[in-house]
Amino acid sequence: MNTVGSLNEENHEINLSCYIDSFPILKNPVRDKRLVYLDTAASAQKPDIVINTINDFYKTEYANIHRGVYWLSERATVKYEMARKKVAEFLDAASETEIVFTKSATESINLVASSWGGKNLSTNDEVIITELEHHANIVPWHILRESTGIVIKSVRLDDNGCIDLNHFYELLSEKTKLLSLTHASNALGIIPPIKEMISAAHSLGALVLIDGCQGAVHQPVSVQDMDADFYVFSGHKLYGPTGIGVLYAKSNILQDMPPYQGGGDMIVTVSTQESTYADPPLRFEAGTPNIVGAIGLSAAIDFVTNIGMHNISNYEDTLLKYGREKLGELNYIKFYGDASNKASIISFDIDGVHPHDVGTILDQDGISVRVGHHCAQPVMQHFGIAGTVRASFALYNTKEDIDLLINGVEKVRSIFT
Amino acid sequence: MLDLRELYQEVILDHGKSPRNFGQLEDKNTEAHGHNPLCGDTITIYLHITDEIIKDIRFEGKGCAISLASASMMTELLKGKTTKEASKLFGKFHALVAEDKEVNNFETDNEEFEKLHVLAGVKEYPMRVKCATLPWHTFKAAVENNNGKVSTE
Repeated sequence: MNTVGSLNEENHEINLSCYIDSFPILKNPVRDKRLVYLDTAASAQKPDIVINTINDFYKTEYANIHRGVYWLSERATVKYEMARKKVAEFLDAASETEIVFTKSATESINLVASSWGGKNLSTNDEVIITELEHHANIVPWHILRESTGIVIKSVRLDDNGCIDLNHFYELLSEKTKLLSLTHASNALGIIPPIKEMISAAHSLGALVLIDGCQGAVHQPVSVQDMDADFYVFSGHKLYGPTGIGVLYAKSNILQDMPPYQGGGDMIVTVSTQESTYADPPLRFEAGTPNIVGAIGLSAAIDFVTNIGMHNISNYEDTLLKYGREKLGELNYIKFYGDASNKASIISFDIDGVHPHDVGTILDQDGISVRVGHHCAQPVMQHFGIAGTVRASFALYNTKEDIDLLINGVEKVRSIFT
Repeated sequence: MLDLRELYQEVILDHGKSPRNFGQLEDKNTEAHGHNPLCGDTITIYLHITDEIIKDIRFEGKGCAISLASASMMTELLKGKTTKEASKLFGKFHALVAEDKEVNNFETDNEEFEKLHVLAGVKEYPMRVKCATLPWHTFKAAVENNNGKVSTE
């Protein structure tokens, strides 16, 4: 692939529509209508290169890794470790030994809470989260609190749903041991000022975990530049397969962390009474890992890096702006989380219509949006609502998709008035 | 004739917008609260039951058009029925919205129950079936609460 989309010279808008054909699912009608898939924030559709890589690997190169001395196993091991290197480059990590494969971003956060938190946190140590977080970055800290007695503090949001930085600075203290923060809100799209917050947390000796599920898919990431201590994301939101997630952690931190689970592949020696553990990252990958998932994720990273994360980011910003403008022309739409710095997510509701009814009526026209609380109930509590309608845009969406969404929204409104 | 697949019909929109028997019930003698954690819908069913007859039924809650309409139509149907009859009607309603058409025999439904046929379209949207059944499950819990009281007195 050597095309990076076309640039419209007049308005400097990048157009990635040449990549739509790479996604076979988009050619299949849904309820006899063209599929308008606007739920990438929940999970992205898969390009041919990911599907074919998985298919080909199973057909020609599959075996278990790290143990066989035969050709296939060596081949599979090389591919799996190449995937790790690819992820390290994608995140701009200092070394691939800082990359642990997990089953999901959720597992990555649970791993940090259980292993790092279990060892380093005790009664009255404070973990700061925010009201923007996905449940995956809330519940693991609740579970850790039960065993350690940590205190969880949560940063408030302002009226728009942005982080209340004053409140953050009020909460931050020498008791703070960890700031666990989203790179971009899955419910609203809002991107917090993470560099400022990371730097402030570091100045008081706290570590920082960034939940990159919505960030890594939307813009280039450098964990070294942002200076995150932990960074997690899920493969399936980056056009890769399900069941594969990533935990990045700085070498010295990872080195000091005890195992998360025990089993094969994470040991050096085992007797019936004692085990010694492998160095990271293998120390945290007990059992046969998701080999095919890692290789599929590697193909997905090739796919997005060939297009260019900058180009994807610019293109998605164009869609976001267009969608916001078009929906904004309808005076019965209320927006949640309007801000200048956002991932390509619009959260809204239609006056007088429950989000679930909106979702079902749009679905009748092949338009897939997410409705409800988006696994971010504190955000909904902040606005005093049960849920929203969420449209999220990816590199395979077009302005025409947004026009169809607008038609759908108008139809919903007309049914209910 | 009604097209059973069409979900958002006038009747549903009407009940959703102006639900019948909405609000508290002064002389309730049992109630139950229902919650759908998936969508955040909540409902409270208030009942006044005497001699196993549902003398009065009202409800309160927040939800989508489907759940509000289902609750509203349920209250209209159940007022004056015995709890036994109500239990049978729940079975019929469940079959209508959540089970294969083949096992139903809707032709034999009386006019009163036929009104609920407008909700059958929800079957096409499995994620939404709970919206339609939440009021009924909550009603059942309220009746059981009442039975509980009776049996201990």
